[in-house]
Amino acid sequence: MTENPIQSASEGAFDAFHTPQRELVDDCVHCGFCLPACPTYELWGEEMDSPRGRIHLMESGLDGEPLSGSMVEHFDNCLGCMACVTACPSGVDYGSLITQTRAQVERRHQRGFWERMLRSTIFALFPYPRRLRALRGPLALYQRSGMAELLKRSGLLAKLPPHMRTMESLAPPVRRAPKLPERVKARGQRRAVVGMVTGCVQSAFFPDVNAATARVLASEGCDVVIPPAQGCCGALSEHSGREAEAVKFARGLLDKLHAADVDYVVINSAGCGSTLKEYPRLLADDPDYAARAEHFSERVRDVSELLDELGTVAERHPLPGRIAYHDACHLSHGQGIRSAPRALLREIPELELSEINRGDICCGSAGVYNLLQPQAAGQLGDRKAENVADTGADLLITANPGCSMQIRTALERRGESMPMAHTVEVLDASIRGTGVKSLSER
Amino acid sequence: MQPASTANQTEAETAPTDLEGLIGRFREALAPESVITDPQRLRTYECDGLASYRVVPAVVVLPENADQVGEIVAACAEYGIAFVARGSGTGLSAGALPRSDGVLIVTSRMRRILEVDVANERAVVEPGVINLDVTKAAAPHGYYFAPDPSSQQVCSVGGNVAENSGGAHCLKYGFTSNHVLALEVVTPDGDTVELGGRARDVPGYDLMGAFVGSEGTLGVVTKIVVRLLRAPESVQTLLAGFPSTDEAGGAVSKIIAEGITPAAIEMMDALSIEAAEQAVRCGYPEGAGAVLVVELDGPAPEVEHTFAEVQRHCRDHGAFEVRVAADDAERAMIWKGRKSAFAAVGRISPDYIVQDGVIPRTALPEVLTRISALSAESGVRVANVFHAGDGNLHPLVLFDGSEPGAVERAEEVSGSILDVCLAHGGSITGEHGVGADKVKYMGRMFTEQDLDTMQRVRCAFDPDNRCNPGKVFPTPRLCGEAPGQRRGVHPLTEAGLADQF
Ligand SMILES: Cc1cc2nc3c(=O)[nH]c(=O)nc-3n(C[C@H](O)[C@H](O)[C@H](O)COP(=O)(O)OP(=O)(O)OC[C@H]3O[C@@H](n4cnc5c(N)ncnc54)[C@H](O)[C@@H]3O)c2cc1C
Ligand code: SF4
Ligand code: SF4
Repeated sequence: MTENPIQSASEGAFDAFHTPQRELVDDCVHCGFCLPACPTYELWGEEMDSPRGRIHLMESGLDGEPLSGSMVEHFDNCLGCMACVTACPSGVDYGSLITQTRAQVERRHQRGFWERMLRSTIFALFPYPRRLRALRGPLALYQRSGMAELLKRSGLLAKLPPHMRTMESLAPPVRRAPKLPERVKARGQRRAVVGMVTGCVQSAFFPDVNAATARVLASEGCDVVIPPAQGCCGALSEHSGREAEAVKFARGLLDKLHAADVDYVVINSAGCGSTLKEYPRLLADDPDYAARAEHFSERVRDVSELLDELGTVAERHPLPGRIAYHDACHLSHGQGIRSAPRALLREIPELELSEINRGDICCGSAGVYNLLQPQAAGQLGDRKAENVADTGADLLITANPGCSMQIRTALERRGESMPMAHTVEVLDASIRGTGVKSLSER
Repeated sequence: MQPASTANQTEAETAPTDLEGLIGRFREALAPESVITDPQRLRTYECDGLASYRVVPAVVVLPENADQVGEIVAACAEYGIAFVARGSGTGLSAGALPRSDGVLIVTSRMRRILEVDVANERAVVEPGVINLDVTKAAAPHGYYFAPDPSSQQVCSVGGNVAENSGGAHCLKYGFTSNHVLALEVVTPDGDTVELGGRARDVPGYDLMGAFVGSEGTLGVVTKIVVRLLRAPESVQTLLAGFPSTDEAGGAVSKIIAEGITPAAIEMMDALSIEAAEQAVRCGYPEGAGAVLVVELDGPAPEVEHTFAEVQRHCRDHGAFEVRVAADDAERAMIWKGRKSAFAAVGRISPDYIVQDGVIPRTALPEVLTRISALSAESGVRVANVFHAGDGNLHPLVLFDGSEPGAVERAEEVSGSILDVCLAHGGSITGEHGVGADKVKYMGRMFTEQDLDTMQRVRCAFDPDNRCNPGKVFPTPRLCGEAPGQRRGVHPLTEAGLADQF
């Protein structure tokens, strides 16, 4: 085990490289308005697992408290759901604070052996679409061969460490992947040229969502440019404090998309979207990329945001049925996008939209949180599943691949199930007139 | 409740403070994660909503039910160690400021709504339940919990009881004390007693009345029976822009003099309007020197009739714009500006003090003139927000803590504002309580004898002075001491245990 050379107790929790900013910490007036919004405060009712408490810990770190195991535990417990940012009347930029803090933790804190193993496995796998795709074959085989059932029934599964169990249970049912062309032509009059970011988990496990996105955009008058072999956007790494890795991914994606001459860059995964919009901060120190990142992120739109902005032209066919819309945190809290997807769904004739009780509380997926903190994530998943089931909807809509995997697993634990789809898949079904069944019986 | 025995008292005085032993007892009684001793974790509890006062507690406990609170408090009594209760930690007077040698009992895990009894218009809740959650639970039945402090989405009902909190609507509906029927309380010696009763009137001394507003100095509330009110049939809200606070104040006096009791009348001055505008873009009338928010509620015909009168009084007193909320969304927008005002001031000033004072409503113009004179003399900006109907002022004293001497100047202005309130026959706090922060002003408002009499009530509940000591009263009283005027130095001051303010 090698000691981190820059760690020393005397200088406090943080070193001078991207220190959590004192000015941002000072913006917090300690009013506590963020407490009820925070999922971990909801679970445990402890100050140090609330946004106010975490900011307080950062403050004590700045005041000279060492980066102890207990301090790290509370930073690690944070889902990064940004519900506290929505709740805060003083406009505290918790997002920047926790990102800076996590990067310090990753650089300066020595984790235990198993945790390091787990983290390196996750980050050797998830941000690489090709490796994820490679996993798909064995996974499908595993699911179809009855091995999965056998493992479950034998009780062997219960003996796996909790993280492994979560990974096993979260693997989505594998679908055949249609390959996307590099350019999809607008139908009718062209209104915009958009570049599409395909994402890692989305492209590997939910290729239908990417296909639907391209079709809907084309129907709404967009030329869709889809650069091949895009790589990861860096979201998973950034949200886990792996700053250098995130910067590397960000540069790569900018290179890919910069060449394409587009009016907008569109993303259908909420978690990736909020990171794409944060590229200027991520690349601020990079003289070659800073300006490019600025120009890029100004054009980034979540797919629902862009469709709402452009306004609807393609005809919507009725989709009789009841859906529940789940706010992905990185869309609602991270990017403030709540009404656009609802407005788009409400335009569909005969489709009834129900709200999920306590819908603003995270489902526990939160990037790779459910792999790193399986217990907390499981509890949040259970609460979410209960509220989702209470809606009695036929179909659950969510804009984040992580959320759908998480909620599906939590529903299964209750012995229930609900078909799931992305907002664009519903729009696609309505535009193409394929009916609700095309979504719920796949 | 039982009078505490003298034996108990001497025991507490002679027992060595064996904190380790006490912590050991907590670990036996509570789940491991409910006893916090890690120094960094403890530090997150060092302050409440008034972050300028900070003390790290010796230990924090997070009980999950009333029995555990009883065990904790009894153990504290046995070991002679002081304790402080804390709800959501939003208090603005450092009432939940911990003791470095004491226990902090936090109710954030006691948040069950035990019963909603619609037929009898009441609910039973644990102390950690969030104020707004009571209304959320009652709303499907057409009821609500009336006390609505601006912090209602986060503060606890236990904290509301301790502070006797009010809100914009307490002009018509009163403070928390008007909406509590009974309390279950763990007294400082660890006994569980019920104060008040579920019936509307209970014979004997009103001990519950003494408890509500006692700021955690008489015991720990473990259960609260609250009154629920039927949601009003009709609600009307208007926003009126005036050239200055004088005209707005005139309109308030006229409205009330006419026998109208609005659910709320709130005033904001130009500076606080500017802050709210920046924070939430509430779209208040441009160029207004003051705005009034007036809300009426009740049976529809009555509301309609009075609402027209209120509009007339506003216009008669120089309102240049009167805007009526057409629906709930517009009403929410009007209130948003007002309710975000405290936190919003952070956008126009790096630091600020939220002051809380009360004056007779009729003295408003004079007091405001004095406040602006104080501000002009000292160069310290003051934004004003008031519950205008009941004369509860919240001057916000703005400063920049990084400027040398700024804190002191701001505190001086803030203190002088209270003197102005007192000179006009008012009070040093309307709803935020005395806590640790205003202890120094108690002597300006009360005589020695007044304070002594109040402390004798405290002695009946807490003879050993272990229950939130150091709050409310400038000098602790030794409960064995003969009443009456004290001569010479207080024994605790002499022993170096307390400061005389
Ligand atoms: C932005 C903002 C706006 C506010 N607006 C208002 C307002 O409009 N009106 C108003 O009245 N107040 C207001 N407050 C002040 C504060 O919210 C209230 O005083 C509230 O009642 C405190 O509740 P709490 O749960 O946070 O209590 P805490 O701050 O945790 O404690 C407050 C006091 O209550 C005691 N206490 C807590 N729980 C118990 C218990 N179970 N048993 C015995 N004692 C207990 C504590 O010892 C302490 O003395 C505001 C605060 C903020 C930050
Ligand atoms: S990001 Fe989410 S989990 Fe983290 S402190 Fe904020 S509300 Fe809590
Ligand atoms: S709501 Fe904002 S200002 Fe208030 S405690 Fe939370 S982060 Fe701090």
